[in-house]
Amino acid sequence: MRSDSQKIPGASPWLKLAAWGGLLFLHFPIVVIAIYAFNTEESAFSFPPKGFTTKWFSVALQRQDVLEAIGLSLQIACFATLIALVLGTLAAAAMYRKSFFGKESITLMLILPIALPGIITGLALLNGFKAVGLEPGMLTIIIGHATFCVVIVYNNVVARFRRTSASLIEASMDLGADGWQTFRYILLPNLGSAMLAGGMLAFALSFDELIVTTFTAGHEKPLPIWLLNQLTRPRDVPVTNVVALLVMLATMIPVSLAYLLTRDGDSVAGSGK
Amino acid sequence: MSSAVSSNPAAFNSHPEQPRNLLQRCSDALYLQPQLLLLLLLTPPLLWFGSVYIASLLALLWQGLYTFDDFTMLVSHTLTLSNYAQLFEAANFDIILRTLLMALSVSLFSAMLAFPVAYYMARYASGKTKAFFYLAVMLPMWTSYIVKAYAWTLLLAQEGVSNWFIDLLHLTPVLNWLLSLPGIGGNTLSTSNLGRFLVFTYIWLPFMILPIQASLERLPPSLLQASSDLGATPAKTFRHVILPLSVPGIAAGSIFTFSLTLGDYIVPQLVGPPGLFLGSMVYVQQGSIGNMPMAAAFTLVPIVLISVYLAIVKRMGAFDAL
Repeated sequence: MRSDSQKIPGASPWLKLAAWGGLLFLHFPIVVIAIYAFNTEESAFSFPPKGFTTKWFSVALQRQDVLEAIGLSLQIACFATLIALVLGTLAAAAMYRKSFFGKESITLMLILPIALPGIITGLALLNGFKAVGLEPGMLTIIIGHATFCVVIVYNNVVARFRRTSASLIEASMDLGADGWQTFRYILLPNLGSAMLAGGMLAFALSFDELIVTTFTAGHEKPLPIWLLNQLTRPRDVPVTNVVALLVMLATMIPVSLAYLLTRDGDSVAGSGK
Repeated sequence: MSSAVSSNPAAFNSHPEQPRNLLQRCSDALYLQPQLLLLLLLTPPLLWFGSVYIASLLALLWQGLYTFDDFTMLVSHTLTLSNYAQLFEAANFDIILRTLLMALSVSLFSAMLAFPVAYYMARYASGKTKAFFYLAVMLPMWTSYIVKAYAWTLLLAQEGVSNWFIDLLHLTPVLNWLLSLPGIGGNTLSTSNLGRFLVFTYIWLPFMILPIQASLERLPPSLLQASSDLGATPAKTFRHVILPLSVPGIAAGSIFTFSLTLGDYIVPQLVGPPGLFLGSMVYVQQGSIGNMPMAAAFTLVPIVLISVYLAIVKRMGAFDAL
């Protein structure tokens, strides 16, 4: 962090232009989706749009397949987040301070499911499920999502563990609290917001994940797969646009909340995916 | 955990007037036996990852040794190295090379685009502007991958937004010239390598911005003052102080851009010329052909390439900047 006492000359106009230009580039396609969701045309990509309407929203929300896809994705994300919260927090509690034999390998193992391309994780899981005779479906999607969401929770919680000073725990014990009380009244309140932030991000990741899902989904159609299938259906473009916009808004909410929950800390949730 | 209490365990039991229930006794026992606590904490995640993930991954690589019969389309458990050997056949090697080149150029270009954003965020933005930049980078990063890819199919379509803008700015001849170039060109923007390259760069850009920003944030301002006190022009300071010290951040960001491009199979399917990518090859072998051993052999390629890449960037300090 730079200290404010030091005088730094303002940014050159070129730097400003490049920085704001970069942001514009990041948001332009998102704005385009938002505009097209209100497009009056039924099956064209022509720009600028000929007119604006909100009728596609009600059309989309009356479609049974859309509602089913949203419902399925929400359920999967909830279950996967719960499992990831438990496993990620346990791992973080074990890993935050002590060094022990194999610690580095465990860290690598936790990161591997998102560090390796999704296609490898997906294919490996599909293969594994087949080997134990588990039919691909909602359960296998949840297992897959939980596996790569663990590291998201882990990262958030372990950062908070590192910031919670050990002396706080010792003080609590010295003042006569037992181990359970220290956990309940000192550790848990400290971890709470980090767990919540990690959970939100895990939820957002699970809600959107496509590549691992295509391998583990079987005949199920969660939202990302529904969207992928829509791309080959040009007649359905208005509905696709609306759902795309809704999906985007749906992930922005948990991610923004996670940011607000942790922005005072030195490591902000969501800075790594 | 720590010394103050655990050096004197008797202190715990010196309050005989307080009845101790099972919960309290268990938690005390755990606090006094960190090894036991560690074991209990680690068992569930280790069991989960070991059984669900690591076992599946090893089984997959093992499958690469099985034999696939082209006539009966059946997999037999006879072990062979021919799947892995086939990776080096010209057609397959082309796929690997094409994907590798794309991954490298996407990493390079996103570093160039990301640097000014990260630099501005770290050194000039503060307070509200900084928070705004932060969220503005983070939200697109977390936005649904398929929605972003879909947005680009709308953008790059023949009558779409990008052509409208290019027309508006009278840049159509420039676009046509770019599209006529061998290697990056194509008939239209959405069927050219240039289009595919843009989509990849867009989707992974935030993954590059944040590590660079973090590494620039750690740069002590006194270093820059020292540089200018010693007579360096701002350009010299940038070239000899700031840029070298941001290399770990760039390397860390490139891990994501490189590895994510390497394994992708959706974007190559939606945008760009025909010709398979590594990910698409795995997908096709597994799905439409049913040649699981070959698909498994192909997954080894990104694993090896990423391991090599990680070994290189580790030397550049990327792991400290993650």
